[in-house]
Amino acid sequence: MSAPLLSLNEVTRTYTSRKGLFGTPVAVQAVAGVSLEVRPGETLGIVGESGSGKSTMGRMALGLEAPDSGSVRFDGAAMPDPGSESWRSLRKRAQMVFQDPLGALDRRLPVADQIGEPLEIHGIGDKAARAAAIARSLEMTGLSADHGRRFPHELSGGQRQRVIIARALITDPELLVCDEPVSALDVSIQAQVVNLLIDLQAERGLAMIFISHDLRVVRQISQRVAVMYLGHIVEEGTAEEVLRDPQHPYTRALVSAAPVPGARQRQRVILTGEPPNPAARPSGCAFHPRCPLATDRCRAEMPVLTRLAPGRRAACHLIQHTPAGMAAK
Amino acid sequence: MTDMLAPSVPAKPARRRWSLPWYVTASLFWVGLMLITAVFADLLMPHSFTALDLKYRLVAPFQSLAHPLGTDELGRDVLSRLIVSIRISLLIAFGATLISAVLGTTLGFLAAHFRGIVEQIVLVLADFQAAMPFLILALSVLAFFGNSLPLLVGLMGLYGWERYARIARGLAIAASAQGYATAVSQLGAKPGRVYLRHILPNIASTLIVSMTLVFPEVILLESGLSFLGLGVQPPMTSLGNMVGYGREYITRAPWIMLTPSVVIVLTTLAISLLGDWLRDRLDPTIR
Repeated sequence: MSAPLLSLNEVTRTYTSRKGLFGTPVAVQAVAGVSLEVRPGETLGIVGESGSGKSTMGRMALGLEAPDSGSVRFDGAAMPDPGSESWRSLRKRAQMVFQDPLGALDRRLPVADQIGEPLEIHGIGDKAARAAAIARSLEMTGLSADHGRRFPHELSGGQRQRVIIARALITDPELLVCDEPVSALDVSIQAQVVNLLIDLQAERGLAMIFISHDLRVVRQISQRVAVMYLGHIVEEGTAEEVLRDPQHPYTRALVSAAPVPGARQRQRVILTGEPPNPAARPSGCAFHPRCPLATDRCRAEMPVLTRLAPGRRAACHLIQHTPAGMAAK
Repeated sequence: MTDMLAPSVPAKPARRRWSLPWYVTASLFWVGLMLITAVFADLLMPHSFTALDLKYRLVAPFQSLAHPLGTDELGRDVLSRLIVSIRISLLIAFGATLISAVLGTTLGFLAAHFRGIVEQIVLVLADFQAAMPFLILALSVLAFFGNSLPLLVGLMGLYGWERYARIARGLAIAASAQGYATAVSQLGAKPGRVYLRHILPNIASTLIVSMTLVFPEVILLESGLSFLGLGVQPPMTSLGNMVGYGREYITRAPWIMLTPSVVIVLTTLAISLLGDWLRDRLDPTIR
C-alpha cells in the first residue's frame, strides 16, 4: 500500500456561536478528533447529515482552515498556515469543487478567463500555453470553446459545475475536495457530473474527497466511505462493505433509507428524535437519543472508533470486535 | 392577448450596444462640451477673463458681438469668465471625486480584509465624518491654512469618502461570503488580486453611481464655499465664485449670476443621468 497523500490526525475544530444579543458564546465542536487518510488515486466518500462536520473536515483537509488541535499532513509535509506563501503555492496541488457553482464564479468574467486564472495566479506558462491549457480543460470537461466565451449566468447549472471542475483541474492537482458538488443539480445532470468526475479521476490518478449527504452518489464514486455523525467518524470502510453490511446503527439507518435498484425493499430503519445539534451534544454516544438499540452504557460512555477488520472501523458499543461477531450481527 | 404572449417567446435580440436613450445622448454631449471647454479654455476665451472694459459695463447678453453673454459690473466678459470658471470647477470636482473615491474604497477594502481593530477604526472615522457638517470642517481648515487650489482640491477630496468606504466594505464582505472571492483566494490568489481583479470590477458599478452622486455635490459645495468667499479667491474665478459675486446685481444684471447657475444645474443633472444609465449598463446580467 502506498503512502497516504493526505492524512488527518486527531483534528478538532471548534466554533463559537452566540445566541441572541446578550447570549453567552457557545462552543460548537464541528469536528472532534477525526483521523483519516487518503491515498493517491483513491476516492474517499464522506457521508453525514447537515451539521455533522463533513464540510469543515473538507476545508481542513484542503488547509483552508487550520485545525484547533491535531495535524494535517499533505504529501508527507505539515499543512502550512492559511495565507502563507507556501500555502499559496500548495493551492495548485489541492483544489476544491463547490456546492454552488454560480456563487463560486465571478459573474463579470467570461468563464474561460476564470478557468485559466489558476495558471495566471501561479505564473504557469505563457499566454499561448495558457490558452491551449484552457482549451484542453474545456474539452476535457465536455464544454465547447463557445461555452468558454460565455458568462456564468448564461450557462446551465451542470455546465457551471463543469467550469468549476475545469478550473480545479487546470493546474493538474493531486487532491480534489468536492463539497456536495452535485446536490444543487438535477438528478440527470448529477449523473453526468459524477461520471465526469469518475472518468477524470481514472484518467489522472487523482485523490479525491467526495463529501455528500447522498449515499447513492457516494456509492457510485467512492472506493472508501467514512460516515460522520456530530463531528465524529462513526464508521469507515470500503464503499462496498459499508453499504452492503453496515455495522453502526446510524449507517444502517442511512443505508436502509437509500433504495437499491433491483433489490427487494428491506426492512426500513426509521430514525426518530431530534436531528443532531452540534451546539448541544448528547452525553455518551452522540447518536444514542435516536438509536433504536441504545443501552445505559451508550448514554454514559463515548464509544471509540475501533478496528474491525483491515481498513474497517466503527464506533459503537454494541459491535463485537471479532470477525465472528460481525457476521453474527 | 398577443401582447401578453409575446414576451414568453425566447426573444433574445442581438445586443444593441450603441442605441442610447435620448437623455443619455444629451448628457454625454453636455459633459463632453464641458470637458472640451475645460481643456481648451485658453483657446476658447474671446477675452482675458480679467480684462476690464469699463465703457461696456453691465451689457446684457446678445446685445454686443464682442460680449455674447454680456459683461459684469466691471465690464469683464461673462463668456470668458464662464469658460475659465468651468475649467476651475471641473478640476476641483474631478480631483476631489477621484481622491475621495480612491481613499474611501481603499479604506473600505482594508476594513473588509483585516476586520477587527482596523475595521473599527475605519467605521469610527466614517461615522465621525458623517456626523461632522462638512461645511464647518471646510471653513475651519480654510480659515487656518489659508487658501490655495491644491488645498481646496485636497479638502474637497475628504468630502464623501465615508460613503465609498461603507459601500466598499459592505460589498467586499458580501462578496467574500458569496463565494467567488473565497473561491479565487482558495486558488492561491493574493489579496491584491482578489480585491482589484474580482471584487473591484464587481462593485465598480455601485461605486461609479456613488461617484456620480458625489460629483454634483462637490460642484455645489465648491460653489457654496466660493459664494461665501472661502473657496476660489478673486481674481481667479469659479462657477460658485461667479454666482456669489453676481448676487449683488441680481435685479439689474441677472445674467451675471444666472449663466453660471445654469451651467451648474445642467452639469450636475447630466452627470446624475449618466450615472443612472451607467449603473444599468455595467451589470452584465441585465444586458
